[in-house]
Amino acid sequence: MMIKKLNNMISRKSMILIAFVSITAYVIANSFSNKTYMPIKIEQIGNSTSVQQKKDSITSVKAYMKVHAVLQHPRCMNCHPSGDIPLQGEDSHLHAMLPKRGVDGKGLYAMKCNSCHQPTNTPGLHTPPGNPNWHLPPADMKMVFQGKSPSELAKQLLNPATNNHKNHEQLIEHVSHDKLVIGGWNPGEGRELPPGTHKEFVENFKTWLATGAYIPSEKIKADKK
Amino acid sequence: MRKQQLFTYYIITKVSFVNNNYYMITLKVNEKAYEIDASIDMPLLWALRDLVGLTGTKFGCGVAQCGACTVHLDGEAVRSCVTKVERAVGKNITTIEGLSLDNDHPLQKAWLEFDVPQCGYCQSGQIMSAAVLLRENPSPTDQDIDDAMAGNICRCGTYPRIRAAIHQAAKTLKNK
Amino acid sequence: MNMDRRNFIKSGALVAGGLLISFTIPGANKMAAMGEVATSAGLPFSPNAFLKIGTDNSITVLLSHVEMGQGIWTTLPMLLAEELDVDLNQIIVKHGGADEAFNHPVYGIQITGGSTTTWSEFDRYRNAGATARILLTQVAAKRTGVAIENCKTENGTVTAGGKKFTYGELAADAALLPVPEKVTLRSKDNWKYIGKSVKRLDAGVKTNGKAIFGMDIQFPGLLTAVVAHSPVFGGKVKSFNATEAKAIKGVRQVVQIPTGVAVIADNYYAAQQGKRALRVTWVNGSAVGISTTKQTAAYKKLAASNGLTVQKQGNASDGLSKSTKVLKAEYVFPYLAHAPMEPLNCTVKIENGKCEIWTGTQLPGVEQAAAAKILGFAPENITINVPFLGGGFGRRATPTADFVSEAVHIAKASGKPVKMVWSREDDIKGGYFRPFVVHNVTAGLDIKGRPVAWNHNIASQSIMKGAANVLGELKDSIDDTTVEGVKGSPYFTSIPDHFIGLHNTEEAIPVLWFRSVGHTHTAYVMETMMDEVAHNAGRDPVEYRRGFFKEHPRHLAALNLVAEKGNWKKALPTGHFKGVAVAEAFGSYVATIAEVSILNGQVKVHKIDCAIDCGLAVNPEGVKAQVESGIIFGLTMALYGEITIEDGKLQQNNFYDYKIARIHETPEINVYIVESDGKMGGVGECAVPPTAPAIANAIFAATGKRIYNLPLMNHKL
Repeated sequence: MMIKKLNNMISRKSMILIAFVSITAYVIANSFSNKTYMPIKIEQIGNSTSVQQKKDSITSVKAYMKVHAVLQHPRCMNCHPSGDIPLQGEDSHLHAMLPKRGVDGKGLYAMKCNSCHQPTNTPGLHTPPGNPNWHLPPADMKMVFQGKSPSELAKQLLNPATNNHKNHEQLIEHVSHDKLVIGGWNPGEGRELPPGTHKEFVENFKTWLATGAYIPSEKIKADKK
Repeated sequence: MRKQQLFTYYIITKVSFVNNNYYMITLKVNEKAYEIDASIDMPLLWALRDLVGLTGTKFGCGVAQCGACTVHLDGEAVRSCVTKVERAVGKNITTIEGLSLDNDHPLQKAWLEFDVPQCGYCQSGQIMSAAVLLRENPSPTDQDIDDAMAGNICRCGTYPRIRAAIHQAAKTLKNK
Repeated sequence: MNMDRRNFIKSGALVAGGLLISFTIPGANKMAAMGEVATSAGLPFSPNAFLKIGTDNSITVLLSHVEMGQGIWTTLPMLLAEELDVDLNQIIVKHGGADEAFNHPVYGIQITGGSTTTWSEFDRYRNAGATARILLTQVAAKRTGVAIENCKTENGTVTAGGKKFTYGELAADAALLPVPEKVTLRSKDNWKYIGKSVKRLDAGVKTNGKAIFGMDIQFPGLLTAVVAHSPVFGGKVKSFNATEAKAIKGVRQVVQIPTGVAVIADNYYAAQQGKRALRVTWVNGSAVGISTTKQTAAYKKLAASNGLTVQKQGNASDGLSKSTKVLKAEYVFPYLAHAPMEPLNCTVKIENGKCEIWTGTQLPGVEQAAAAKILGFAPENITINVPFLGGGFGRRATPTADFVSEAVHIAKASGKPVKMVWSREDDIKGGYFRPFVVHNVTAGLDIKGRPVAWNHNIASQSIMKGAANVLGELKDSIDDTTVEGVKGSPYFTSIPDHFIGLHNTEEAIPVLWFRSVGHTHTAYVMETMMDEVAHNAGRDPVEYRRGFFKEHPRHLAALNLVAEKGNWKKALPTGHFKGVAVAEAFGSYVATIAEVSILNGQVKVHKIDCAIDCGLAVNPEGVKAQVESGIIFGLTMALYGEITIEDGKLQQNNFYDYKIARIHETPEINVYIVESDGKMGGVGECAVPPTAPAIANAIFAATGKRIYNLPLMNHKL
């Protein structure tokens, strides 16, 4: 009954309103994703919790290594594979049935991500984890995590040409609010969580950038989990 | 398309505020509206089979591993065993029963020509998956077929015939 | 097969008018309730028939066997149509229910299995068709005064003189005539259907969603039941709390049954929700303590000694001590679940002292008897309806009627009509597996590398022991389904000193025939061992096998055909390797060549060529389809098949950890049928056995590694 009533409740006017709001949001969102990289001052990153910090390579790299451990965790890495097939499980094996990335990162044909991955986690063990916009990075911006050393991945994250054209502020926005990133900490029954909380991850990310966004030495290897 | 999504999203958000998840839900299946009294959390598979009464869509694993339950939501393949009814509200649901009027979809014809089915249990899902492939790629290669069909298990092992039938259906479509 | 089955053919009339052809069981004093049979030619009738011809021209064939993918829905009507002179596509095909009339002509019970349907019914169905044709012709001859030999049948009509009658016009009168004592069957050169590829008659309903499987049974008032089973196999309910389960909307009832607790609800989703909310305390069964690790060690120890004598010639131990070289191998094969695509299910309705059952079963009579026993009803008060089977592979032929009994118990305990549906997890963990098997082989070679002595022991649970109620007690405790393929192997013809022994084991996990049964492991052992022997002799594996097949022409014919068509001698692309295997199973002879490569320590099977000699191929396209099917079934078994146990708990759950080969893993498959006048064999299973050994032998060619235990996924190649 509810839905029927709702069907009637949604008048033409409200449809237009919704469409307008969403278009506005879309325009605003697009205005942020500058195609060219605009270097920004460190100060601009600041928010209420992070006061401007001095450049400090040790603190920066230390923070990055914590970020790195998260990004290399199966919850993050499994959808940032080196190939075009996502990974699965704590051992990051190739996803059963070999779904492909596709141009937009959302899969192909009858094996699009959302053919199985629902807006929310499916209850039960070994069921598809959910997210409203489940996808891999697109084909023209693969953002591979798998097999990347700390220095390689840090460079990739900072370079707008390989980080989907994000400046520092946008990076922080992404790691703070992107639903797929947050979803890493709500992975569905039976799956391990990445190290630390999402909040700690964001803090480490901010610290890394705020203290100079130092890239770890090529000699530094990631901790084995 | 975009309007449709917004529309559905709005309904569901509102509904979710209510504690009891049971509603009279209207599902549009194969161009026909069905009113069902169901929890919006119920997998679409069971709504279709047990409430709407269309049994062509099959239960094989319940965890999106086998593809026997594949149906279309606005033309896109979904595994109905893990798709909640709420996702299907406001969408056009197509099941094997609605793929064609008279078993004459090029895929169904090719399935007959190549004697594809054996036990037949998985074939609804196979055909529904193949239909999305052909719509998006009218000339699929063997690799494209793998990329579309590896989500559908057939224990009888009709895969070589499925492959041949998809190629045949693609040919038929091209000559149309 | 030398019974004269003409004598058992009966005819009769349908109430609605028309002709009915049935078979009776010789000696069975069964005056069946006549049902639709109104009159007869003075002979007792079974209520079911093989063939009904209505006055409306409808031609209905009731199958004595069930369709589970193997294609008999098409093949059996072909046999009938061939003699009846009707258009195959005009025939209405139905499954017969449980009835003695449908007993297997060889096994003597009603069963679909053992790859026997087509050859065992080859005469009976043709006779039924021919008998009907003669009766119809007799009526036409009588009506027109034309001599019977001048009457001609064609496409459902009889032409007599200038007159043409449809079968429907003649059927009522034909029913009144006595059955002819002799019918002459058509000779091979006059066959219109047999031997020609015919399209499946069930393909239409299997492409538009209309085919009805057991899972699809629906009627007003029918509820769905799911069962909570013990996590330790075979455990019993100690107590349960259903308060939360019953609070779930749609859950109607929760009942205890011998195998667990059943939640009965309006639909499957509600029932599943109820099952999740159920709290059950279990008493562990005797499976506690069983683990794959312990089992492996125990079976290895057993198989290291000589067991019950299966086959013996000369003195194997003497022969071995005189051998120049000795090859030793210990093979381990895991339990395997059949995992048909349609999870097991059964619908039961009990009403007014009668019970009606709908289920996909290979053993309708066994299910009927089991239900009768549980309910205390006479078997004739149990009606078994068999819809299409969504795969069987042996799992739907359980001598203990496990899942049907469970459903009957639920219906009995609840007093409601229920459709019991197993989840995939229930199915994978449900037991009745291909047994866990260990082989221990010692082969003695002479100076030229020829095998001269062979000592071979097998340790396994017996399948037939659990099927005694269906197929009788074992003779000498030797279960042929454990040793078939080793016993009677063509290689032993040339091995003077050999011994084959068997150790029967007992476990709390029930075992069952699994597509190709004992050949699933025996062919693997024999064919990988012979490959090893050939390699030791420095000989080409195809050429070497030929030497053993001098007295086995059908093995040889299959091997030669596949070697020729599969270009055995032709060089392969870099990184590709070939392996060969040959097997005889269910009266058919199959030779397989697998082409593989190794990538990242895993095998990729590129191509499989397979030749089969099954005698007459009634429907060649159907034979090819079954061979393809068997190959892919064998591929799954080779790559992934494994059920393991830890402390009585089965470790696998669903297709994510009990994997089935998918389309991208399917190689190119080419099937070649040997032109053969040999005795007809079965085709549903025989392609499974050589698949895994052909792949393993190709892996050896690629890597030099011999694989002594399956599945391959456990090996880093």
